[in-house]
Amino acid sequence: MYNTGKVMFFIIVLIIFFTIPVWLNWGRLEAVPQPELPKEEKKCIESKEYMRAYHMKLLDDWRKKAIRENQRIYEASDNEKYTISLQRTCMKCHNNKEKFCDRCHNFVITHPDCWGCHIAPEVAQKWQ
Amino acid sequence: MAIKRRSFLKLTGLTLLGSTLSTIIGNLLTRGEVKAKGYTQSPEALVGKRWVMVIDVKKCKEGRSTCGAKCIEACHTLHNVPLISDIKKEIKWIWEDTFEHAFPEQTEKYLEELFHGTPFLLLCNHCDNPPCVRVCPTKATFKNEEGIVMMDFHRCIGCRFCMAACPFGARSFNWFDPRPYIKKVNPEYPTRMKGVVEKCLFCYERLAQGKLPVCVEACPEKALIFGDLADENSEVNKILRERVALRRKAELGTKPSVFYLMS
Amino acid sequence: MLEKALVGSKKYWIWVLFLLSIIFIGFLCYLYQFKVGLGITGMSRDVSWGFYIANFTFLVGVAASAVMVVLPYYWHDYKEFGRITILGEFLAVAAVTMCILFVFVDLGQPMRVLNVLRFLSPRSIMFYDVIVLSVYLLLNLLCGWTVLHAEYKGTKYPSWLKPFIYLAIIWAPSIHIVTAFLYQGLPGRHYWLTAIMAPKFLASAFSSGPALIVIVALLLKKVANFDPGKKAMETLSKIVIYAFILFVLFYLFEIFTAFYSGIHTHQVSFKYLFVGMEKHAEWAPFMWAAVILAVIAILFLAIPALRKNETTLALGCIAVFFSCWLEKGAGLIVGGYTPTPFETITPYRPTLPEIGITLGVWATGFLIMTILYKIALEVKTSHELIVKYEGVLYKK
Ligand code: HEC
Ligand code: HEC
Ligand code: HEC
Repeated sequence: MYNTGKVMFFIIVLIIFFTIPVWLNWGRLEAVPQPELPKEEKKCIESKEYMRAYHMKLLDDWRKKAIRENQRIYEASDNEKYTISLQRTCMKCHNNKEKFCDRCHNFVITHPDCWGCHIAPEVAQKWQ
Repeated sequence: MAIKRRSFLKLTGLTLLGSTLSTIIGNLLTRGEVKAKGYTQSPEALVGKRWVMVIDVKKCKEGRSTCGAKCIEACHTLHNVPLISDIKKEIKWIWEDTFEHAFPEQTEKYLEELFHGTPFLLLCNHCDNPPCVRVCPTKATFKNEEGIVMMDFHRCIGCRFCMAACPFGARSFNWFDPRPYIKKVNPEYPTRMKGVVEKCLFCYERLAQGKLPVCVEACPEKALIFGDLADENSEVNKILRERVALRRKAELGTKPSVFYLMS
Repeated sequence: MLEKALVGSKKYWIWVLFLLSIIFIGFLCYLYQFKVGLGITGMSRDVSWGFYIANFTFLVGVAASAVMVVLPYYWHDYKEFGRITILGEFLAVAAVTMCILFVFVDLGQPMRVLNVLRFLSPRSIMFYDVIVLSVYLLLNLLCGWTVLHAEYKGTKYPSWLKPFIYLAIIWAPSIHIVTAFLYQGLPGRHYWLTAIMAPKFLASAFSSGPALIVIVALLLKKVANFDPGKKAMETLSKIVIYAFILFVLFYLFEIFTAFYSGIHTHQVSFKYLFVGMEKHAEWAPFMWAAVILAVIAILFLAIPALRKNETTLALGCIAVFFSCWLEKGAGLIVGGYTPTPFETITPYRPTLPEIGITLGVWATGFLIMTILYKIALEVKTSHELIVKYEGVLYKK
């Protein structure tokens, strides 16, 4: 390879540049997201660990079942029944999208397009 | 260590391929992670094999001067259908039009005179043999087992092939973000976003709750009749046996499920 | 070989910069469309496809037409086409790329484009169009590039390539037939619902594509000292005119069927396009321009003396190209959507951003074509220089 020294130098500079946030936040844990949990309710549809890890799978399954297979009732693993609906079920308990969904999503930088169509509770309130 | 351009490109290609594959495998692995005991229909749901709508044109005309087209308003407010004044970009699920526009191939002087001033309610025909479903490249529009031509807004890529295929002009496209055009929002139902196609869904979400379509419920004249054509004893079957009904562009063989009682 | 595209005359760079600036403008327009929605175009609820899909359809034809130079050369061993087959193959690459871009810019939800692969739906013609177009792109890249690379090294192309070359030849018509099927199987669009759609598409493709190759070859002769060969140009121009006459005939057959049968629904689109209806005649000037261009094209190309003259040949081919483009670009889509399902008329007029995006896509295609042609010509001429150089050496 030509100019090995120079190329290596720039590669190292680049690596350092792109990892600046890691070095600046080394050992600090402030940024961990704190979603605001519902106060009146005790449990979610499934266990907390499960919801945290797999809520996107659940939602994907929900909409497939509700829209494509006409099955609108979800029977959870504890035999509790829920009507399948993002706006009328999830968001009735988690009644603030910004303080719940977005807090995590901003942290992991994922922006699902759901809210382009589905109406978050706080948006609905402001609309009227 | 010398890398040639060719081998570098090959390596890059392999890396891309590898990461795509691993994403796919990862997705497949977590696929079974849904914990449900099961999915069911609600016990009060209305179930049918082939939902149809019969529109009594005469009753509709008689009540039209006083009803204020409640069916249209009820549908459009329930489903957050935007009100866009530019007819080129408008969105509608159910609307009224003249006889000549509803049945252009039937135009004939006396029929036109006979039906002059008669409103014809137009909506998606929920064809039994729907061309829009045939052409959709993502199965975003499909016919469900109750005979309703559905839209899965989550899949629609906005190619508008279905609009080209629909001989009834029943489909609308979101040319812009529809939200600014919705004055009063129904927080129970989603809106749509720019770039997807939409149309009437025969209120399948209300059928699941045991309710009739909202236009049927809203009509004070009871001019809209909804029922299951596959059920021999249903009201729609009885009516269609006794009275003359037309379907729009029946000659195209799409087998519409909306009937117009002409007598 | 790519390095050959990186060195060039001042003229070459000015041309590349020119294309790049148009691409940039198109890209800005696309960003605007991406943000606001397809509402910035002239399309409407009634005319829901427009300029993008029209250009897509036309370019599928251009891509398919490469077969008209590839087939005689490989299949019938017609040596005269040896110098221009590569032009055909690379033209196909550029044209298919433009097709894909045109479909992409036409999508309402471009971020979801991969849904087409995630939810395969073999009942949709679009499914087959995606397959057919992408395979055709790969085949042409593979064949063109490998043959050129062999030439670069001074060898014959490897024998494993033969099956791919034949496959590409058989594949070519399929892309345009499938594209015609997009239209001709839709109930209620009477202008499209005709079995002659596919043959008509092929005929117009096999005239407009080779016409473009003739124009480009003549241009390259001027600007790049590339000699396509007199015989090759003659044969190619014959292909252009025969295919074009077939195309015009097919169009007239349709008019005959519509008007002699007297079936109203088959006539309205033609009436709207050529004379206008209900005070709407937006597209009549364009359709008549297509007719006049067709007459000019037939005069210039069917008369042997005019066809052999380079100036009239070029003019005739330009007339063919634009006549076909107007028929597919203006007529096909607008005619299919007019009248609407309610027998009303909603006029369609492309907007400025829409035209900007369209030009941007065309410029992208021309840029790809320029780069590929540059490489191809450099390889071909560098080869000759060595021979001459050796010749000079031998003399000494
Ligand atoms: C009956 C009310 C209720 C409904 C309906 C509900 N949730 Fe929950 N959810 C909760 C409660 C309460 C918790 C906190 C559980 C705990 O602390 O054990 C929670 C926790 C969660 C968590 C984990 C948060 C964290 O801090 O780890 C996620 C993710 C979640 N819910 C998503 C959803 C989604 C998605 C839906 C709709 C499919 C939904 N929830 C429906 C009440 C509900
Ligand atoms: C405990 C934190 C947390 C909460 C609370 C949470 N999410 Fe998530 N969500 C995540 C993570 C982590 C991902 C995965 C991101 C990834 O895979 O890139 C995710 C992904 C998703 C996805 C899939 C995104 C994609 O691009 O595929 C959807 C849909 C989603 N969440 C919906 C919701 C909804 C709706 C809520 C509120 C009711 C919610 N989430 C609340 C952490 C959370
Ligand atoms: C293009 C608009 C659009 C987008 C984007 C969208 N949805 Fe939906 N969604 C709808 C519509 C419309 C329905 C139908 C509601 C009904 O029939 O009750 C629906 C239904 C659903 C349902 C089942 C029934 C219900 O009433 O909620 C779920 C679950 C759902 N969506 C989840 C999601 C998730 C998760 C996302 C984001 C990853 C998302 N949707 C994005 C429009 C959208």
